[in-house]
Amino acid sequence: MSRNLFKTKKYATSKVYRSRPSELKGTEEEKPIVPQGIMTKCPNCGSVIYTKLLMKNRKICECGYYFKISAYERLAMILDEDSFIETDHQLTTRDPLNFPGYADKLVKTQTETGLIDGLVTGKGTIFGMPTYIGVMDASFFMGSMGTAIGEKLTRMFEKATDERLPVIIYTASGGARMQEGIFSLMQMAKVSAAAAKHSDAGLLYITVLTNPTTGGVTASFAMLGDIILAEPGALIGFAGPRVIEQTIGQKLPEGFQRSEFLLEHGFVDKIVTRDKQKDTLGLLLKLHNKEAKQLSSASLMTEPKPDSEDNADED
Amino acid sequence: MELTPWEKVKLARMPIRPTGLDYIELIFEEFIELHGDRLYSEDRAIVGGSAFFDKTPVTIIAQQKGRNTKENIARNFSMPHPEGYRKALRLMKQAEKFHRPVICFIDTPGAFCGIGAEERGQGEAIATNLAQMMMLRTPIISVIISEGGSGGALALGVADRVYMLEHAIYSILSPEGFASILYKDASKAEAAANDMKLTAQDLLQFGVIDGIISEPPGGAHTDYDFIMRQVRDIIRTDLKELMSMPVDEMLEKRYMKFRKFS
Ligand SMILES: [Zn+2]
Repeated sequence: MSRNLFKTKKYATSKVYRSRPSELKGTEEEKPIVPQGIMTKCPNCGSVIYTKLLMKNRKICECGYYFKISAYERLAMILDEDSFIETDHQLTTRDPLNFPGYADKLVKTQTETGLIDGLVTGKGTIFGMPTYIGVMDASFFMGSMGTAIGEKLTRMFEKATDERLPVIIYTASGGARMQEGIFSLMQMAKVSAAAAKHSDAGLLYITVLTNPTTGGVTASFAMLGDIILAEPGALIGFAGPRVIEQTIGQKLPEGFQRSEFLLEHGFVDKIVTRDKQKDTLGLLLKLHNKEAKQLSSASLMTEPKPDSEDNADED
Repeated sequence: MELTPWEKVKLARMPIRPTGLDYIELIFEEFIELHGDRLYSEDRAIVGGSAFFDKTPVTIIAQQKGRNTKENIARNFSMPHPEGYRKALRLMKQAEKFHRPVICFIDTPGAFCGIGAEERGQGEAIATNLAQMMMLRTPIISVIISEGGSGGALALGVADRVYMLEHAIYSILSPEGFASILYKDASKAEAAANDMKLTAQDLLQFGVIDGIISEPPGGAHTDYDFIMRQVRDIIRTDLKELMSMPVDEMLEKRYMKFRKFS
């Protein structure tokens, strides 16, 4: 299958941005997640690492610490080269509560991060298999979900349902965007609804929970995946640890609300290290791939039916 | 009665206001409570069961506050654990099977934050309710009777019709929590209550709710007959409408009701 599967196609949404390698690099330079410079200090073990080496290691320290990763870095790590077509790149919030100081802070954060909001969505391929993918970016308002993220996710689910494609979402979020108040709460229902419709159509939805995934994101689409993966050591929960400690008046045990804790309690299917994620997602897509299914039914049945659905169409 | 948002917050939290069980008792007939989530335990922060409304069998789910400390401890101050939400969903699926409409009474500061709640998947329980309620093939009416706190309220609030009592509140977080996050000072809750737009009047304007149920002068607790009559009338009108609507049309409208928030 061509790795440029969607390159020449026109996509239905009004605003389409294909991220070029130069854009990927540009975003990286603008984002101070890893301190600028040749060397980077690990906040976990304190060792000082060559930034280049750290990048080569997918931003994992030798001690096992996972550095935060930007949405575009993540996409570059997971998708086939040049396969990504971004959707709704320009979509932003209208500041529905007209909340004091929010508009200014938004502009400032947009300038600082080079992002419009805390989520990048689009379509790409993994080992040639097409999928929709959304990646949250915790460097933007802690990845909190307001109307922009909710709308982008909903549109992605709706398009994926129309085109009969899977959805993969990488979560990284402190929860709901407080400055958008009740509108943020409504996004939980809205995105969950779109995910439910996608599921009802028999389509695959995979979530990959990364550090941190909490609050309204956990209590909505993060936990609705057919398959829920997690990065090692990620904080995943409904309430934040500080809130729980305040509520119950005691210290929380070591490892509480980490990926391994969720696996232990039955809320995560599998913990996957960063270097294995593309392979794992590829395998999962393959297991749910229509062509693979046809092949197996062809070998089982004497008279395989020709497939009547061609889902490459666009509206 | 003109009240500031903060006065409404305080009124909504007053233990003398009618609670979920008061509405169940005074609006419905022959209520039978049904317990447990069939998975882990019984959560008394949520009351569920079946009853007749006029002559129609319905399923009722209500978050339940206590009137005093002892009751509040038993009800966990109406802060459900995951099993409360799972019980609610179990009863809603039962309602779907037997073609009964679902009536929810929302009154919670929020879903409980604690070790057990996290261990048993509070986030998963709420998320599942949001998705499943959206697809439930039977009418759902939700009434926020006093306090609608965050995802813990929304987990019973994905409905065809959502109402609030005149002085009820509905918000992303408690004003105290909001103030401590955004203003780094929980004592600025009053200012937060203003900025958050959590009153029924604000939320009707945003289209978050379908209507406001007027309270008697002095508040819902001053005249139970009055408030029960208001709620009964609204349920009666809506049930008639929703039960005669083709299910697919109802579901499409329910989807669009939440889809529109952008
Ligand atoms: Zn390290």
